[in-house]
Amino acid sequence: MVQILDYLRESPSQTAGPYVHIGCTPNFTGIEVYGGDLGTAMKTGPVQGQEIVIKGTVFDGTGTPLRDAMIEIWQPDAAGLFASANETRGTPDPNFTGWGRSPGDMETGEFTFETVKPGAVPMPDGRMQAPHITAWIVARGINIGLHTRIYFEDEAEANAKDPLLSGIEHQNRVPTLLARKEGEGQYRFDIHLQGPNETIFLDI
Amino acid sequence: MSTGPKTGGFVPRDRGWQPDALTPPYKTSVKRSPQAALLSFPTTLSEETSPVFGHGMLGELDNDLILNYAQPGQSAIGPRIIVHGRVLDEMGRPVPGALLEFWQANAGGRYRHKKEKYLAPLDPNFGGCGRAITGEDGSYEFRTVMPGPYPWPNGMNDWRPAHIHFSVFGHGFAQRLITQMYFEGDPLIPLCPIVGVLKSQEAIDQLTAPMDMNRTVPMDARAYKFDIVLRGRRQTYFENRVEGL
Repeated sequence: MVQILDYLRESPSQTAGPYVHIGCTPNFTGIEVYGGDLGTAMKTGPVQGQEIVIKGTVFDGTGTPLRDAMIEIWQPDAAGLFASANETRGTPDPNFTGWGRSPGDMETGEFTFETVKPGAVPMPDGRMQAPHITAWIVARGINIGLHTRIYFEDEAEANAKDPLLSGIEHQNRVPTLLARKEGEGQYRFDIHLQGPNETIFLDI
Repeated sequence: MSTGPKTGGFVPRDRGWQPDALTPPYKTSVKRSPQAALLSFPTTLSEETSPVFGHGMLGELDNDLILNYAQPGQSAIGPRIIVHGRVLDEMGRPVPGALLEFWQANAGGRYRHKKEKYLAPLDPNFGGCGRAITGEDGSYEFRTVMPGPYPWPNGMNDWRPAHIHFSVFGHGFAQRLITQMYFEGDPLIPLCPIVGVLKSQEAIDQLTAPMDMNRTVPMDARAYKFDIVLRGRRQTYFENRVEGL
């Protein structure tokens, strides 16, 4: 016999269910108890860097848009610094929260994030990662939140050297992680939960 | 040289313990579950950092669902309860400053949501959402009414056990978690296909809050205790060092 490892176990995940909006974006569903919904404004004043808009839709395995998903994003500012308590590399843009939350449109399911293009962030070993945004998707039918990353198709040079993108065995799936440029500062990032165009999801 | 925060990366999530994506008895999961394997990648600053939520953003009644939607002088109808507990990491350390958001149906099992059609009535004095931020010791509490079970279109006669949904932010985005709390002794727990995605009785037990008579307020409200565990961080002693140095 050996000593017992006395670590705790992570609380098991459960689906967010169809009414996640009641708790996370109550104003969106008509419950006005807080001043406003958290995560709707990522910019709290004039921001540094390029302002961009990312739109997208989450599709199920039949190609039907999800109209009850909640998407959150987390990213650094234009200089690559996070508005986080454990950011030790410098002072992030005071007018940028880095965190956004969108329930999507109630009819179409399309989500929108008005944000800034993120700066590059290093790996723990110092190698640089290409500019990217961390995304997290929950919904009815999703038992544990899905992590993915939004990279940018117009950052081809940095993407080619990115440790995550370049290490993917199925390189033909890499475009599922690239936001498509639709205009100046306009990007589209659709998420396919299942099927031939399935987005790469991360165990991170 | 390390370019990251002074703490280590997160302990990998135990996917053998967490529910799978595809769980056919929970029908909606069938077309909403990825078929390709997840791509494993160690956490970086992108996942080891997380937004900060200060106590200053909270309103006085944010953690009181009995009153936060009620008309002046009114209160929500249903068994009054206090739910409290601590947010810890896998190493047993408290997680202070963690934002928790909760949502639930009213005492009759009816949600206040535009897409909800269940015939049980809304309670005009109950909204169903609340939030709290953990203190230095990782503790939180809120007051609410016990939610009722409700039927849902899955099997022909499926009913959710009474439950409260929880959304939790830790100190890194990799810790982001949404789960559900159940109540001790509810006979619907073993019948539920959503509870059924959990892989062991131990996992179900971890989401089942015991009644807590020590925290009950006599002649006012009963209490339930619900601790939440988030992923832990590794120590960093030998990380990021070039071999041989």
